[in-house]
Amino acid sequence: MLNATKKSNVRLAAILLTTAFGMLLFAFAMVPLYDAFCEMTGINNKGGRVRVEMPTEVDTSRSIKVKFITHVHGDMPWEFYTAENTLEVHPGEVKKVLFYTKNNAASDMSGQFVATISPGQGTRYVKKTECFSFNRQFIDGLDEKEMSVVFFIDKDIPDDVEELILFYTLFDDTLGAKT
Amino acid sequence: MNDGQNSHAEGAHPSRTGILRWITTTNHKDIGTMYLVFSFIMLFVGGAFAMVIRAELFQPGMQIVQAETFNMLTTMHGLIMIFGFIMPVFVGLANWMIPLMIGAPDMALPRINNWSFWLLPVAGTILLSTMFMQGGGPNFGWTFYAPLSTTFAPQSTDYFIFAVHLLGISSIMGAINVIVTIFNMRAPQMRLIDMPIFVWTWLITAFLIIAVMPVLAGTVTMMLTDRNFGTSFFNAAGGGDPVLFQHLFWFFGHPEVYIVILPAFGIVSEVIPTFARKKLFGRTSMIYALASIAFLSFIVWAHHMFMTGLPLAASMFFMYATMLIAVPTGVKVFNWVATVFKGSLTFEAPMLFSLAFVVLFTIGGFTGLMLALIPADVQYHDTYFVVGHFHYVLVPGSLFAVFAAMYYWLPKWTGHMYNETLAKFHFWISAVAVNLTFFPMHFLGLAGMPRRIPDYALQFTDFNQIISVGAFVFGAAQLIFLYIVIQAMRGKGPKATDRVWEGSHGLEWTVPSPAPYHTFGEPPAHVERH
Amino acid sequence: MLGLKNLRLLLSAGLATFGSAAFASSYNMPVGVTPLSASMHSLHMTMFWVCVGIGIVVFGVMTYAIIKHRKSKGHVAANFHENTHVEIIWTVIPFIILIAMAIPATKTLIEMDNTEAADVTIKVTGYRWYWHYDYLDEELNFFSHPTTTQEEIRNLVAKREHYNLSVDQHLVLPINKKIRFAFTSNDVIHSWWVHELGVKKDTVPGFITESWAIITKPGIYRGQCAELCGAGHAYMPIVVEAKTQEDYDAWLSEMKAQKNPS
Repeated sequence: MLNATKKSNVRLAAILLTTAFGMLLFAFAMVPLYDAFCEMTGINNKGGRVRVEMPTEVDTSRSIKVKFITHVHGDMPWEFYTAENTLEVHPGEVKKVLFYTKNNAASDMSGQFVATISPGQGTRYVKKTECFSFNRQFIDGLDEKEMSVVFFIDKDIPDDVEELILFYTLFDDTLGAKT
Repeated sequence: MNDGQNSHAEGAHPSRTGILRWITTTNHKDIGTMYLVFSFIMLFVGGAFAMVIRAELFQPGMQIVQAETFNMLTTMHGLIMIFGFIMPVFVGLANWMIPLMIGAPDMALPRINNWSFWLLPVAGTILLSTMFMQGGGPNFGWTFYAPLSTTFAPQSTDYFIFAVHLLGISSIMGAINVIVTIFNMRAPQMRLIDMPIFVWTWLITAFLIIAVMPVLAGTVTMMLTDRNFGTSFFNAAGGGDPVLFQHLFWFFGHPEVYIVILPAFGIVSEVIPTFARKKLFGRTSMIYALASIAFLSFIVWAHHMFMTGLPLAASMFFMYATMLIAVPTGVKVFNWVATVFKGSLTFEAPMLFSLAFVVLFTIGGFTGLMLALIPADVQYHDTYFVVGHFHYVLVPGSLFAVFAAMYYWLPKWTGHMYNETLAKFHFWISAVAVNLTFFPMHFLGLAGMPRRIPDYALQFTDFNQIISVGAFVFGAAQLIFLYIVIQAMRGKGPKATDRVWEGSHGLEWTVPSPAPYHTFGEPPAHVERH
Repeated sequence: MLGLKNLRLLLSAGLATFGSAAFASSYNMPVGVTPLSASMHSLHMTMFWVCVGIGIVVFGVMTYAIIKHRKSKGHVAANFHENTHVEIIWTVIPFIILIAMAIPATKTLIEMDNTEAADVTIKVTGYRWYWHYDYLDEELNFFSHPTTTQEEIRNLVAKREHYNLSVDQHLVLPINKKIRFAFTSNDVIHSWWVHELGVKKDTVPGFITESWAIITKPGIYRGQCAELCGAGHAYMPIVVEAKTQEDYDAWLSEMKAQKNPS
């Protein structure tokens, strides 16, 4: 093989290898990109964890039905529920909803609440100014806690969204809290 | 070691003998042969798993294995067939045929070529050994969704991840080699447009491999850290998302299925014109169609995820993009038919397998189009309808094209004609059995049978029995193929001419049969232009 | 050799007959008992016949060529190998067919997406390997376990009717009311699928997914988990029992009385 061809081969191979490596980086870049894209579009229903400013006006011409659903994940020995199942909310109206959690184990534990909102197209209009999902929650053994979420729905929410589900999953974070 | 300087005369012998020859060879024909031998061993291993699966599914209830073992067998069947058979077998054909078809003395990077191959038995051994580890081998499906494959997976999963990395590295290096060879080593008069279609399909496939195998590598690395280093890529508790896994996996996974079909298209485009004694119809649009299919393959991945709760806009986009792939694929099918039409046809084994490919792959394509329609997919997704669909495109699709290629080029490799009568037996038994095995699966899916289950409701029994019988017959028929190939390799059968087939065209038919160890030390004198 | 080629034709004919016979039977997708399941069935059948039509044309041409254009019959190969007009035609026509198919598909897809204004909301949770149902507006919830026994599975006793398709507690729902399903999972991804309702949705741990149905006929409708979830994946069936409004109300009071005896 001529030296010129050999050099050209190695050069092209190096370019292709770099491309392959670039695609590897792309895979990892997908993670924050996916989060950003989802926050923008609400696709995976997570919503932002960003604190927001209070709204100034309430749109009383429409009201949105918000349903609260809870789930304790795995076999974590906690109870987790809300007294108010469903609320009618006007866009711009600030609401506070109480949730109750009880640690049925004898030992102290901590839990991480993860909130998701359905449908996806409504996610980014739900603004929480205060939520127990923002931080880990510690509860002593056999103790209980009252927690609140304060939220409002942005006035710009599309007209065709008339119902929302605010879904909380409780995960056992006791091991994570210790490290 | 021989380098391109050719201190020997054209057609010299390998410099080493015995095992050492095979371990150290950098010759594309040797390496091609090793890839082919390795992949056919894997075909029989993966096939053996399928036989156990079908034996268990012969009747409702659990007779032969436990549910967890069954899940491991279905997972390993998929992994072995995809990563151990179909990908390496096409690389083997690429190694043997690309240099011959473009008038090059060897692949561009011969030592990397050797490493690419030898990674495979190592990776295959690691993968298969996981079946004997504590907790068993991978049992979460070849698509290994999180968190089943992370939080709930056996200990061996980390070895599975390592094997996937090795397989990926082998694939990427092979793809780089193919691209560099095609770009830099063609005979001087051969422009890209003059290249045989098989070479075109491999050029495009190689780019697909470079684009998506690294994404798979990233994904399994995220699995590894989720499992062992406390990350939460796919775990909601830590702020992650199991569905992110699916996006990443299928971004690799969809182009992957085009990686394993494009070379098959290339083979069929070589074989049919030879036995129709007529030029391939619409050569240029065939190449454009290949490029469109490859491009579209990047933007349809979420059609594997229609039931995960995608938002409406995303669902619509992926549905339309998926339906669109039918257009260039249809063009290819029509062009093959137009090549056959008004040809002067003979029906040797390569042609039989290629014609069956056109019909049966098209059936797989039809069910693919049905699957693209999301409302209908509600009833098809994760049922045997899907299993029927992908086995049609992979078995009477890709595998039949591989058989066509083997019969087509075996005389060139070995210098002897294979046994045509036995090959026809192999074809007919396989063609009937393949339909007996995979066609009823569509009905099972429509009737409500989910996939990846070792045990089913009573009403599914009859069709499962038909399928199992078909599968056993199909498996047995492959032993005929094994016999035919071994006999040809041993030098039985009439000597083959250089041209081998009356209607053949292309540089590979200008060298003697069997092809000398070194060919095209000097570029060919004449190249057909298009 | 002619005999062998005709055998292939016979085979295709056989498959077609076999196929069409099967389509008349329980081996086809059911029309089901909801408006969505009926739309899904009709989309499926339309696309099926389109594919059959295209198949007949394409395979017909091929078969004709295989019979008539053989070298053994003395046919000499023609010379043509391109025709731009024809290529354009067989690119545009499939494109048009696809657009025609996309319209009804999109319509049904948009309908599927609208889970609002429901009368009953059920939270469905997938577990390894059973289901949990929570009637969100009724303060009623229960687990639904499979009732097929190990002895049946291991072939030690005869398998009963509805083998692998029976549970201890049915999901009872009223007919002619919009039922909204909110899905999640307690461990891995499962998928809740009831064939005749035309409902299938993955259940993702930590997340919520939705679907809906209006059941138009009372009856018992059986389904299965449709996403590999481990050893028990085949053994976590779903049974929906649809009742008239009065029967549903009666059932509801009885269940609540059982769970909360006063």
